[in-house]
Amino acid sequence: MLRERPDTASPLCGIPLALKDVLCVENVETTAGSNILTRFVPPYTGTAVRRLFDAGMVCVGKTNCDEFAMGSSNENSSFGAVGNPWDVERVPGGSSGGSAATVAAGSVPCSLGSDTGGSIRQPASLTGVVGFKPTYGRVSRYGLIAFASSLDQIGPFARTVDDAALVYAAMAGHDPLDSTSDPRPLGDPTSEIGGGVEGLRLGVPDEYFGEGIEPAVRVAVEDALRVLESQGTVLQRVSLPTTDAGLSVYYIIAPAECSSNLARFDGVRFGLRVERPSVTDMYLATREEGFGPEVKRRVMLGTYALSSGYYDAYYRKAQKVRTVIDSEFTRAFEQVDALVCPTSPTVAFPMGDRSDPISMYLSDVLTLPVNLAGLPGISVPCGFSDGLPIGLQVIAPRFEDSRVFRIARAYEQATDWHTAAPPLGAVA
Amino acid sequence: MAAPLTSIDNLSLMTLTPDDVDHVAALARLGLDAAERRRLGAELEAILQHISVLQRVDTSDVAETAQVGDLVNVMRDDEVGPCLGAAAALRNAPRSDGDYFVVNAIQESEADG
Repeated sequence: MLRERPDTASPLCGIPLALKDVLCVENVETTAGSNILTRFVPPYTGTAVRRLFDAGMVCVGKTNCDEFAMGSSNENSSFGAVGNPWDVERVPGGSSGGSAATVAAGSVPCSLGSDTGGSIRQPASLTGVVGFKPTYGRVSRYGLIAFASSLDQIGPFARTVDDAALVYAAMAGHDPLDSTSDPRPLGDPTSEIGGGVEGLRLGVPDEYFGEGIEPAVRVAVEDALRVLESQGTVLQRVSLPTTDAGLSVYYIIAPAECSSNLARFDGVRFGLRVERPSVTDMYLATREEGFGPEVKRRVMLGTYALSSGYYDAYYRKAQKVRTVIDSEFTRAFEQVDALVCPTSPTVAFPMGDRSDPISMYLSDVLTLPVNLAGLPGISVPCGFSDGLPIGLQVIAPRFEDSRVFRIARAYEQATDWHTAAPPLGAVA
Repeated sequence: MAAPLTSIDNLSLMTLTPDDVDHVAALARLGLDAAERRRLGAELEAILQHISVLQRVDTSDVAETAQVGDLVNVMRDDEVGPCLGAAAALRNAPRSDGDYFVVNAIQESEADG
């Protein structure tokens, strides 16, 4: 699908790209990993993808994902699970598991995912690649099948920070087709990428190194902090005391928005329809057959949280605690230039290991506060535990996306974790 | 449905009756079989109990955050631009006729109830 007249001056011209299957591409089946969108063929291409096509990138395939991007293991797809290239019996993370795995396996140099609570950074961490979630509003959501609109952002996966930054720079910037797209000038997000980190103050949030973090993850990230310190950064402990409530805020706000966004899948205009004599019964039967268990769980949870009598106790309360979490990040950024911490509390876990929803939801406990506050965040490879990758997360204030790249790249250049490749010869 | 919740104790002791599950599923226009109803009731109850930690956060005098962007009332000039034609808009429709989406008669569904 090479564009007829691509920008041959772009460094991205001719570079293969894989797209998470929540990104609409004109005339290419786009399913969101859901039975309800089987055979859905979008009539238009989303803005972020179109800009990459304009730069000459070539889409070589759509990648599997958790249904409607809801999941942390890629086990929720209607079309089967995705294996982790480092150990195919283990999950690649989610929800952008296919996009992460295909870059980790070396099939493509870069891919796009979407990140609502960690769905780019967590699979990047679990598969040993770079994954970047931009500041909310920097990349247009036009043409992204919506999960939770106040949290969703499109972002890149790549083998290096430089590549991720190039892809981001080509797709970011204001889009009048997304009313939440921010109009302030983008500048060149890659211009300071090699500027080094000397003198930068890096905050180490106590709450991100607490209970539930695997010892090997903690050790690898602490080693990474020492590397950054040796490069001239100043490490400083900070506290984000309401971090432990982040999961609860997220699991009200994201399902609430999802229950509203997914109302459009009613069997009338697109997607699956299960015919019944009455329209109401058609809605019920279509959604019963079309949605998988995790989507049903979240639609139910969100509908409950928004329902009369419960709205104040759950939804409004969660929105207020979201404000508290946002304010704590703002206060931390008065003391430090960026935050550094683990991306995921654990390395890749075995398929089928987290059948209890709450244990699965805890996979995103270190990434979802970043979405609640709309911050930019990246995961870069920082080590291994028994042959499974570990990721370092770098988080910056809103619109300081280029600072995230600069810090992540400085770390990457000082280490060689990103050059490791999975032992794919072992795969039959 | 149970009465609206007001206190922390009520929230952490939250239970979902089968009627509650049916009511929420009806609001969500979501068909569920008997096994799904039972499973979801138990799972939602566990999730809601987990979520009750929110009540420990003091939010007196805190405003709600609906979105973190600082954009307000984004408007544009009311100019006609290119848009999808009817054929493209209808291409994914499960049933259509001419320029219309087709569903069974709405009145029948209300009568069926």
